[in-house]
Amino acid sequence: MIRFAATRLLSLALSLLMASIVVFAVVEVIPGDPASYMLGLNATPEAVEALRNELGLNGSLWARYIGWVSGMLVGDFGQSYTYRVPVSDLIAQRIWVSLPLAMIALLMSTLIAFPVGLIAAARRGKFSDYSIMGLTQLGIAVPNFWFAMLLVLVFAINLHWFGAGGFPGWENGILAGLKALTLPAIALALPQASILARVMRSSLLETLTQDYIRSARAKGLTRAQALRRHALRNAMIPVLTIIGLQFSFLLAGAIIIENVFYLPGLGQLIYKGITQRDLVVVESVVMLLVFAVILVTFLVDLAYAAVDPRLRKR
Amino acid sequence: MRLPIQLIIGALLTSFFVIAVLVSFVWTPHDVTVLTIADKLQPPSAKYWLGTDHFGRDMFSMLMVGARTSIAVAIVAVGIGMGIGVPLGLMAAANKGSLLDEVIMRGNDLIFAFPSLVIAILITAVFGPSAVNAILAIGIFNIPVFARVSRGAALSIWTLDYILAARTFGKGRVRISAEHILPNIANLLIVQGTIQFSLGILAEAGLSYVGLGAQPPTPSWGRMLADAQTMIYTKPMLAILPGMAIVLMVLGLNLMGDGLRDLLDPRIRRER
Repeated sequence: MIRFAATRLLSLALSLLMASIVVFAVVEVIPGDPASYMLGLNATPEAVEALRNELGLNGSLWARYIGWVSGMLVGDFGQSYTYRVPVSDLIAQRIWVSLPLAMIALLMSTLIAFPVGLIAAARRGKFSDYSIMGLTQLGIAVPNFWFAMLLVLVFAINLHWFGAGGFPGWENGILAGLKALTLPAIALALPQASILARVMRSSLLETLTQDYIRSARAKGLTRAQALRRHALRNAMIPVLTIIGLQFSFLLAGAIIIENVFYLPGLGQLIYKGITQRDLVVVESVVMLLVFAVILVTFLVDLAYAAVDPRLRKR
Repeated sequence: MRLPIQLIIGALLTSFFVIAVLVSFVWTPHDVTVLTIADKLQPPSAKYWLGTDHFGRDMFSMLMVGARTSIAVAIVAVGIGMGIGVPLGLMAAANKGSLLDEVIMRGNDLIFAFPSLVIAILITAVFGPSAVNAILAIGIFNIPVFARVSRGAALSIWTLDYILAARTFGKGRVRISAEHILPNIANLLIVQGTIQFSLGILAEAGLSYVGLGAQPPTPSWGRMLADAQTMIYTKPMLAILPGMAIVLMVLGLNLMGDGLRDLLDPRIRRER
C-alpha cells in the first residue's frame, strides 16, 4: 500500500510539473505587452520599460518560469498586473465563492443521483425506469448556463424567491450567502446529477448479474434485499470515479455559471484576467484548478486502493 | 432486425437540424446580415415566424444559420480528435507495454487532468476569440478520448486468433492495425464520435456564450443566448428559443449514439 501511494505521489508530482510547463508556455504566447497595456496608449517608452523591469518581465523565460514555480510552492503567486495586489489575496477572496459553489453542487448532484439511479436499477424495464432514463437524457442535453437563465427567469424574475445574481459576501450571514449560491448550484448540479444517475444505474445493473447476487437470491433474499446488502457497495467503484471527475467539471463549469449570476468567484477572476492581459492571475488560477483536479484524482485512487486491495497492482 | 426506438427518434431530430443547415445555404426566410431596426423585438407573426431580435433580425433564420456554426465546429473538432487520437491509440495498442505506449497514455492522462473548459478559454484567449480557435480548443480535448477508446478496443482485438493468423503471414503491425483492427473497432468509434459531437456542440455554445467562440456578425446559438440575457426580463423568448435548439440537437445526437450502440454491440443488447 505504501509503495502504491509512493508511485502515485510520484506521478502526481510529474503531472504537476508537466502541467506547469504547459500552462506557462501557453500563457507566454498571449499577444500584447502587459506593461504597455497597463499604462495606456500615451505612455512613454521609458515608463513602459521601467514597469517591465518592475514586473520582472525582462528576465529570461527560464528565470521567470523558475521564479513562478518556486513562488507557488510557498504560496506566493506574484503580483497582479492590474489590481496591484498579491494574486494569492485575489484568489483567497474568490475561492470562498467558487469552492462552496462547487461543493454544494457536488452534494446536490450526489443526493439527487443516488436515489434516482437506485430506483431506476431496482425497477428496471418498468415505467419509472423509462421515465427516469428519459429525464436524465434531457438533463444531459441541457447546457448548464441556459438552465441557469431559465432558473433566473422562473425563480428570480417571476416568483421573486431568489435574487437574479450577485453575492452579498459571507460576512452578511451564512444564510444570505447560501441563498445567493442556491440557483447557481442547482444549475451546475442538474446535468452532473443526470450523468451520475445513469452511471449509478448501469453499474448496479452490471453488479446484479454477478454470481454472488445469484447466491444471495438463492438463499432467499428478495431482489431489493440483495440489491441493498450486496450490490450497492460493489457498484460504488465506477460511481466514485465519476464523482471525482465531476469535481473538476464543477469547478470549471463554475466559470460560465458565475458569469450568468455575476458571482465574484475564480471564474470571474480568470475571465477578467484574460481580457485585461493579467498573465500572472491567469497562470495562477489555471494552475490552481489543475492542481485541484490532479489532487482529487490522486485521493480517489488512494481511497480505492485502501478499500480494494486488487487495485493496488497496476 | 428491429431498430432501437432511440435511434429512430435521435436520427429524426439530428436530420431535422442537418436539413435546416443545408437549406440555410440556399434559403432562409429573411437575410440575417440585414438589420431591420424598425422591426426589432417583434412577437411571432406570419412575416417573422419566431419573432425578431433586438436588431430586427428574424429569429427563425438566425437559428437556421446558427446551427451551421454549431455543427461545423463540432464536426471539425471530432475530426481532429479522431484523426489524431485513433492513430495514437492504435499505435499504443500495437506496441503495448513499450515506451511509446507509456508516453502516449501518460500524455493522455495529462490532457485529461486539465479542466477542459479552462484550457479552451485559455486557448481562445491566447489566439484571439474566433470559431477556428474554438474548434482547436474543443478538438484537442477529443484526442485523448479517441486514443483511449481505440487503444482499449484494439487491445482486445490483438489477442484474437485471426490477428495471429495475419502475423504468421508476415503482416507488420501497421498493416494489421489498418486492415484488421481499425475495421473491427469502427463501430465503437462511431458511437464515441456521436457522443463527442454532442459534447462539442455544448462546448461551442458555452464558449460563444462567454464571447470566446464565433464572433459577430456570425450567428451562433451561444452568442444569441448571451445577447438575450440582458433582455431576459422583457423578452424571455429570445433566450428560450436558442436554448431549445441546443437541447434538441444534443438530445438527438445522444439518443442516436445510444441507439447505435445498442444496434452495433449485441452484448449490450442482450444485457438490457
